[in-house]
Amino acid sequence: MSAQILLNFFLALVWMFLTVSFTPSTFIVGYFLGLLLLLGMRRFFPQRLYVLRIWAVISLVFLFLKELFLSSVSVFLLILKPRLDMQPAIFEYETVLRRDWEVTLLSSLITLTPGTLVLAVSDDQKKLYIHAIDAADIEEAVKSIKDTFEQAILEVSRS
Amino acid sequence: MTGEVIVNILTILFISLGVIFSLVTALGLVRLPDIYTRSHASSKSATLGVLGVLAGVFIYFWLAEGHFNSRLILAIVFLFITSPLSGHLIGRAAYVSGVQPAKETAHDDLKQVIAEKKRNM
Repeated sequence: MSAQILLNFFLALVWMFLTVSFTPSTFIVGYFLGLLLLLGMRRFFPQRLYVLRIWAVISLVFLFLKELFLSSVSVFLLILKPRLDMQPAIFEYETVLRRDWEVTLLSSLITLTPGTLVLAVSDDQKKLYIHAIDAADIEEAVKSIKDTFEQAILEVSRS
Repeated sequence: MTGEVIVNILTILFISLGVIFSLVTALGLVRLPDIYTRSHASSKSATLGVLGVLAGVFIYFWLAEGHFNSRLILAIVFLFITSPLSGHLIGRAAYVSGVQPAKETAHDDLKQVIAEKKRNM
């Protein structure tokens, strides 16, 4: 991925040298032309086009913002309810993610989802121990949310 | 509607949202039964509360005063990265040092793992 970005920068520099104009706007034009060139030659790269990965990162950020807002609202409603009738639980969740940064990102995202908080990660990094604020109905919903999170992280890390 | 009115409305909206969420966080710290549920309140609503206030200040200075303060954006990003981690670390430290969850807690998968580890130590 970084090799592709570097190549794109280099192509933009070549464009600046070809047009003999060293302004930011020429650089941007050259960058887009280089992007088109990379798009045409993508079958020579071992990895997929880096633009796709950047797009995956952006959609992950928006997912993050959305979940933060939803979870804040759900905690808000929980606290303001006159009777606190929740039933907390600590459950085990097995993750398919392996690399350090993926597990860290997943636990941050889970901590910011409605009603869940990561308490511990097992030594082999395969299991997360999650504190749920309401055991009754949330566990199933939480599973599906985490599937979307794990899917989004896998989408970023896929080469 | 002039631009100034829109800017004012946005600023007021963001800052009051942040203040309301911070208030509810404080209320949650008083009402909830144990440290883990309190940690839920403080790691989520408090983040959004501070974010709302910072975003309101950023919008005000950018659109009303014409001053683009990039430090506020950096502060928002840093808060996003650090606050879930601090919630996790406080919860973990409490659990490992033996703070019991509230009596309503339905089941607890972590208990035997920690017990096993302490036995092997």
